[in-house]
Amino acid sequence: MQDWREDRKFFLITMAPPTLWFVIFFVVPMSLVWLYSFGETTGLIGVKISGTFANYARALDPLILTVLLDSVWIAGLTTLICLIAAFPIALAMTFASPKTKAWLLMLIMLPFWTNLLIRTYAMISVLGTKGLINSGAEAVHNLLVGIGLPMGAFAPMPLLYNQTAVIIGLIYVHLPFMVLPLYAALDRLDKSLIEASLDLGAGHFQTIMRIVVPLALPGIVAGVIITFIPALGSYLTPEMLGGPNDLMIASLIERQFKRANDWPFGAALSFLLMYITLAFFIVRGMIDKDAAKRGGH
Amino acid sequence: MTIKRATPEETLHFMKGTPGSRRAFLAALGATAAGFSLAGCGGGGEAEATSAGAPAAFKVEGGEQAVLKFYNWDTYIGETTLADFKTASNVEVQMDLFASNDELFAKFSAGNPGYDVIMPSNDYVERMVAEDLLMELDHSKIPNKANLLPEFQDSQFDPGWKHSMPYVWLILGIGYRKSKLKGGVVPDSWRSVFESEDYAGRISWLGESQDLFRLAFKYLGKSLNDTSAELVKQAEDLLIKQKPRITNFHSDDGQDLLARGEVDLVIEYNGDIAQIAAEDDDIGFVVPSEGSLKSTDCMAIPKGAPSPNNAHAFINFMLDGQVGAGIAKAIQYPTPNKAAKDLMDEAYKTNPITFPSAAILEKSEFGKFTGPDEARRIEEAMTRVKAA
Repeated sequence: MQDWREDRKFFLITMAPPTLWFVIFFVVPMSLVWLYSFGETTGLIGVKISGTFANYARALDPLILTVLLDSVWIAGLTTLICLIAAFPIALAMTFASPKTKAWLLMLIMLPFWTNLLIRTYAMISVLGTKGLINSGAEAVHNLLVGIGLPMGAFAPMPLLYNQTAVIIGLIYVHLPFMVLPLYAALDRLDKSLIEASLDLGAGHFQTIMRIVVPLALPGIVAGVIITFIPALGSYLTPEMLGGPNDLMIASLIERQFKRANDWPFGAALSFLLMYITLAFFIVRGMIDKDAAKRGGH
Repeated sequence: MTIKRATPEETLHFMKGTPGSRRAFLAALGATAAGFSLAGCGGGGEAEATSAGAPAAFKVEGGEQAVLKFYNWDTYIGETTLADFKTASNVEVQMDLFASNDELFAKFSAGNPGYDVIMPSNDYVERMVAEDLLMELDHSKIPNKANLLPEFQDSQFDPGWKHSMPYVWLILGIGYRKSKLKGGVVPDSWRSVFESEDYAGRISWLGESQDLFRLAFKYLGKSLNDTSAELVKQAEDLLIKQKPRITNFHSDDGQDLLARGEVDLVIEYNGDIAQIAAEDDDIGFVVPSEGSLKSTDCMAIPKGAPSPNNAHAFINFMLDGQVGAGIAKAIQYPTPNKAAKDLMDEAYKTNPITFPSAAILEKSEFGKFTGPDEARRIEEAMTRVKAA
C-alpha cells in the first residue's frame, strides 16, 4: 500500500485546515499572551512589551507560590479521589453487557450536557445550610426527637463555603474525565489475561493490582492528566463553593485581567500555570518512554 | 459593580424575559453580551406597544436618519421605553448589552465601535474622560436635566455633568436578617462586619477588592478615596484579622446568601437587598453611620458617535418624568429623577432600603477613579487578604 504521505497534494489539502486552525486559534493568541508576560502596563490601556522579567519575579513571590501550591494540592486531591472512585466504575462498565454498557456510558456523559454554572448551582442547593443534605438530616433528627431520643437542637452542618465543598464540587465536575479514558483502556484489555490470572490462582485484588492496573497504565496516566489540568485551573467551582481561604490561581489570574487591569502580570501567572502543565506532559512522556523500553525487552 | 453573576432567580428572569435586575445571565457564563441585540421597535409602525404617558410630539432638532445605537446593561430599561422613543422621535434604537464596566471600557479603548449612547458607572465616566473617550454634552439639548433631584443637579465625579447624565444610583450597606440580630440591634456600624465577633461565621463580604477596601477605609474614619499605602496596610490588617469570622467573599450575589439563610449579615447594594426584601419581611438593610460608597450609572455619548443629535435627544427623553417612571417601575433601582420619582407609587418612594436617608447619603462618597498604581496596591493587598 502506498504511504499516504507520498501523495503530497492530498497531504497538503488535508493538513492545511487543521494547521491553519491551530495557528490562528492557538499559536497566535498564546504567543500574544506569552509576549504580554514580558511587558508592562502603560497608562490605562496600553501594554508595552519591554522584555522585562519583573512579572515573573512578582509571580514567584512566596504569597503567589502559596496560592499556586494550594491549587496544586486541591487539584491533586481531586484527581486522586477521582481515580479511586472512577476505577471501579470503569471496571464495572467494561464487564457489563453491551446494553447496560450503553446506559452506563450515557449516565457518565449526561452531566456534560448541562452547563457547568447550573451544575454548580445545583451543588449549592444540595450542600447549603437549608440544602438537601441538611434538611434531610434535620428531618431524620426531628424524627428521632419525635420518638423520644434526647437529641438537642439541630445544628446544620457547614457543608458549603469551605475546602471540602470545593473538592466535592471539583470531583463532581471532573469524574467523567477520569472514567472515560480508564474505560477506554480497560475495554481494550485482553480479558483472557484476567481469566488466566484467576485460573493460575491469583485472587481478584491481586489480579487487579498485578494484571489490570499495569496494562491500563496509559489510560490511568491519561485520566490523571486530563483531570488534573482542568482542576488546577478551575475558576467557577472555587469561586462559588469556596470559603474565604479557598483562593485558587485562576481567580487570581482573572482579577489581573479584569479589575486590576494588569495584563502582563496576569499573563505571567497564566504561563506559570502552563509551565506546570508542561512539566506534567514531560513526566508523562518519560513514563511512556519507560513503558516502551520495558515492552521492548 | 463590575462582576455580575446571575442568581438562579435571575436565570429564570432571563429565561422568561422579565426585567428585575441588570445583572445579566450572560455575564454569568462569562460570555460577552455583544451580538445579542434587540431592535427597539420591530418596524411594525405606530401600533407597537406604547405606554399612554409617552411625551406626544417629541422633536429631534437636526436629528439624523440613522438608527441610534445604545449600549446598555442587561434588564436595565423600561418595557416600552425604546418603542416610545421611536414613536416620539421616529428614530429607531438598537440596543446592545454589556455585562461589566471592564467589558465596556475594553471595547472603547480600541476606538468607538459605532455606539451613540453608553452607560458607564461613575468611576468609569472619570476613566473614560481621562482617556478622552467621551463627548462633551450640550446641555441646551437636554432641558430635562431640570427633572433631576436637587442632590443630583451637580456631580462630584463629573463636575457640571459635562460628559454624562445620571440614570440610576446605588449605595453599599449591610443587608441583615432581622430575626438573627444580636440583641435586636440593627448593625449600624461597619464594625459589625469588620471588627466584631458577634456574627462570626455568619458574614459575607463582597469580593470586589476596590469596593471592600474603600469600605474599610470608611470604617477607619478616612475618606474612601484615600488610597495611601499606610491606610491600605491598615485596612489589610483589619481584614486579615476579621477573615476567620466570615463565611465567604460573594461575587455580587450576597442577597441570595442572605435569602437562603447561609449568612445573617452581607455587604450588598441597596437595590439588590430591596429585591429580596420585597419577598421576605425578615430582611433589612442599613447604610452604616460611618457612611458608605455611592455609585451612579450614567448615560454618556462616546467620541465618534455617528448620530450625536439623536443621542442628545435620547438622553433628554430618558430624563423625562413619565419615561423615567416607566424605567424605575421595571428595574426597581433608585432613580435620581425627581419628576419620575414623583410619579411612582408610595411603596417605591418610601422604601427605606431603596432610599436611605439624606443625612447618610451626605456622609457617603463616590468612588473616584484612582491611578493604576493605587489600583494595583489594593489588588495586591486583596491577594494577601485572600491568601492569608
